[in-house]
Amino acid sequence: MNGLILSVLLQRLGIALISLFIVSLAVFAATEMLPGDVAEILLGQAATPDAVAGLREAMGLNEPAIYRYFRWLGGLLTGDMGTSYVNDTSVASMIGDRLSNTLKLAGVAALLSVPLAMFLGVTSAMFRLSPYDRIISFLTIAVISVPEFMLATGGVLIFAVYLQWVPALSLASEVSSFGELLRTFALPVGILTVTVSVQMSRMTRAALIDILSSPYVEMATLKGASMPRVVLKHALPNAIGPIANAVALSLSYLVGGVIIIETVFNYPGVAKLMVDAVATRDLPLIQSCAMIFCFSYLFLITLADIAGILANPRLRT
Amino acid sequence: MKDDLAQIRDLQVTATTDAGRQIAIIKGVSFDIAKGEMVALIGESGSGKTTIALTLMGYTRTGCEITGGSVLLKGKEMASLTRAEAAKMRGAVAAYVPQSAASAFNPSQKIMDQVVEVSRIHGLMSDTQAQEKAVELFRALALPNPEIIGDRFPHQVSGGQLQRLSAAMALIADPALMIFDEPTTALDVTTQVEVLRAFKSVMQNSDIGGVYVSHDLAVVAQIADRIVVLKGGEVQEEGTAEQILTAPQHPYTKQLVAAFKPAEYATPIDEAITDTILDVQNTFAGYGLIGKDGMPAFVALKDISLTLKRGQNIGVIGESGCGKSTLARTIAGLLPRASGDIQFDGKPLQADLKDRSREHLRRLQIVFQFADTALNPNKPIGTILGRPLSFYHNMGGRQKEKRVEELLDMVHLPTSLKYRLPGELSGGQKQRINLARALAAEPDLILCDEITSALDTVVAAAILDLLKELQNELGLSYLFISHDLSTVQAICDDVVVMYNGEKVEQTKAADMMHATTHPYSKLLLSSVPKLDLGWLDSLEQDPELMRKFSDR
Repeated sequence: MNGLILSVLLQRLGIALISLFIVSLAVFAATEMLPGDVAEILLGQAATPDAVAGLREAMGLNEPAIYRYFRWLGGLLTGDMGTSYVNDTSVASMIGDRLSNTLKLAGVAALLSVPLAMFLGVTSAMFRLSPYDRIISFLTIAVISVPEFMLATGGVLIFAVYLQWVPALSLASEVSSFGELLRTFALPVGILTVTVSVQMSRMTRAALIDILSSPYVEMATLKGASMPRVVLKHALPNAIGPIANAVALSLSYLVGGVIIIETVFNYPGVAKLMVDAVATRDLPLIQSCAMIFCFSYLFLITLADIAGILANPRLRT
Repeated sequence: MKDDLAQIRDLQVTATTDAGRQIAIIKGVSFDIAKGEMVALIGESGSGKTTIALTLMGYTRTGCEITGGSVLLKGKEMASLTRAEAAKMRGAVAAYVPQSAASAFNPSQKIMDQVVEVSRIHGLMSDTQAQEKAVELFRALALPNPEIIGDRFPHQVSGGQLQRLSAAMALIADPALMIFDEPTTALDVTTQVEVLRAFKSVMQNSDIGGVYVSHDLAVVAQIADRIVVLKGGEVQEEGTAEQILTAPQHPYTKQLVAAFKPAEYATPIDEAITDTILDVQNTFAGYGLIGKDGMPAFVALKDISLTLKRGQNIGVIGESGCGKSTLARTIAGLLPRASGDIQFDGKPLQADLKDRSREHLRRLQIVFQFADTALNPNKPIGTILGRPLSFYHNMGGRQKEKRVEELLDMVHLPTSLKYRLPGELSGGQKQRINLARALAAEPDLILCDEITSALDTVVAAAILDLLKELQNELGLSYLFISHDLSTVQAICDDVVVMYNGEKVEQTKAADMMHATTHPYSKLLLSSVPKLDLGWLDSLEQDPELMRKFSDR
């Protein structure tokens, strides 16, 4: 560790913080632009002009947007995510359970998909253009090309309806034994793992193939190194940067992009919470969910960049 | 012969293109390598010299395949080994020294780990023994700080040092055969001398056989016992180094040798003309943010002054990074100068290209080193040449068509080429098109930035002849930038030597070998390999100077 790498890392973290600030602006502006007046929707049938005006006043909606933005941002920084418009409970408590549910799902999917993707990516790069590589390529591209909801509904149709191996819905609250847990999670985790790992394995393969065609890999081969040695000792260490980025991109999708999976399986996670919040115009909830998704994305990408920086000997020494 | 280390008999290698077409790239090559003998494979790019050398390790690059003949190394048939069997021979029996050590070292591993890896792979000795041996080799190859240089990463040592380190990496397992694949091509001449010396000293007095792949006859003359001349995947001629250099038989070999002897250049315009076409005075230029003193953060040109008379040529020489290309870019206005004055035909030339009049733009043209990147790959040659005609001369229709044909004729290309795309032309043809495009503007001065450096010797010599011919016909002037002194000598009246952004010296090209006085110019000139077997051995250079100016 030296001065140069420290300054590069600090620079990278600074950029992440600035991005997060810009993201918060975008999230706030986007929810501001949602059509319809919150007070009117909340009051529904009882929306007389007087009642609407009163509610607007009470909710602070008449204050200028910039003022509300900074109050919201201040709240976020002190850990106060505000109060739900719809049922008057704190947003933090609403998200709490749901977030742990989503993280459970995402965590298990990540634990399965990263090793799977690495294995597929590395082996298909090693045996490039062999029948094995062609089959893997065909399957991964096929999965990438099929939309997720098709995979998910197809999975439900086959495994839950016809074969009846697993339940169609994943209600974590009804799980009592470990066996049931596995059965409940199998389908959503399986589909998430498949969709996420194909992206990762494609990108790992590409990054590795790029490096396998470099002169120092040829040199290692001409020194008599075996294929596994060439790949593991010479190619992989130099592919850490791009591979870490591929992994981060795919994993960040797990947290933010599980909406379809959670909706199809009626799984009580954050993404489903956000979808419901949009339907009820629950702005504080939407904003908080959006910030959580963006934050996890930024966090993972920053982590990957840091891994890439640390893996670069030009910066390390 | 019983004493043979390797025998190649009727070797055939076939390449499969992306489209699935089979092309024979080596068409029945045979030669032998005896113990302790250095055989050079020489030929232009695409002649198959590296492909042949690699078959000695049982290796072909992706898409290539040995389809016939035999490659015997120490009695083993390399052409038919499995991957695992070949891996046992690689590094241990036959070792490889790559063209560009800078990219052949793994950037994320320390040098020592990579040097001793061969012994680890083949289980030859303990790591401590291997490291001791490596340090010995580093010392034998005259590397600085042999005890600690192995602890560095590849990016922390210079290109010349890396090249010698790669030789150490090859020698660590005491191979029977060393394959040198253009090991000095990427180096500056002053560095090349040191590296060649180091190679020669470790190879001499040992019974290691060697294959030296190169396109440079003069380099090969210093190190090889026998020379095999290749063209298009076939052996043209084979003989001892002396035989090839002094009495070449085959027409292609004669051409190669002839291309090396610099043609004496006599200025075509008589001395009476004193009309100055380009006058550069105290010019500074560089890259990066402009500081308070008006100078950029990195100054690449320092106080450069030179003048060029109409119809004459000036050469700018120096090693990579000395600022010679920056000089061309500054004169052309691509990089606006920070200070100084440039006059063109007696009138001041604006610093920035954007502020120059169309007339000035027309009269001063630049030709770049890589025709591949300078020509739009999606436009036919006719369109490429037509553009300056409409831009500078408002030509159109039949007139433009006719002029394009004239231009192609001027650079000795068939007019039918105007319908072709740049990708369908050879390297030399592309460079001629590149030149024709500059001529289309009808300039007074052409800045030639390393225009022959990417070409094979014979092709480059033909381009130089063309330049001279055009000069006689059109009264052009050239500012000729090159790192190759014989090229500059072949075409220039005056030569400017640059070092580290500064003009070190200016002399007449004709007597540049004797008249230079600056120590750097002397070092640079003496480092250029000569087509003479004993040149390297008889070369005496001041080690103090070498340290000061090379291996930066």
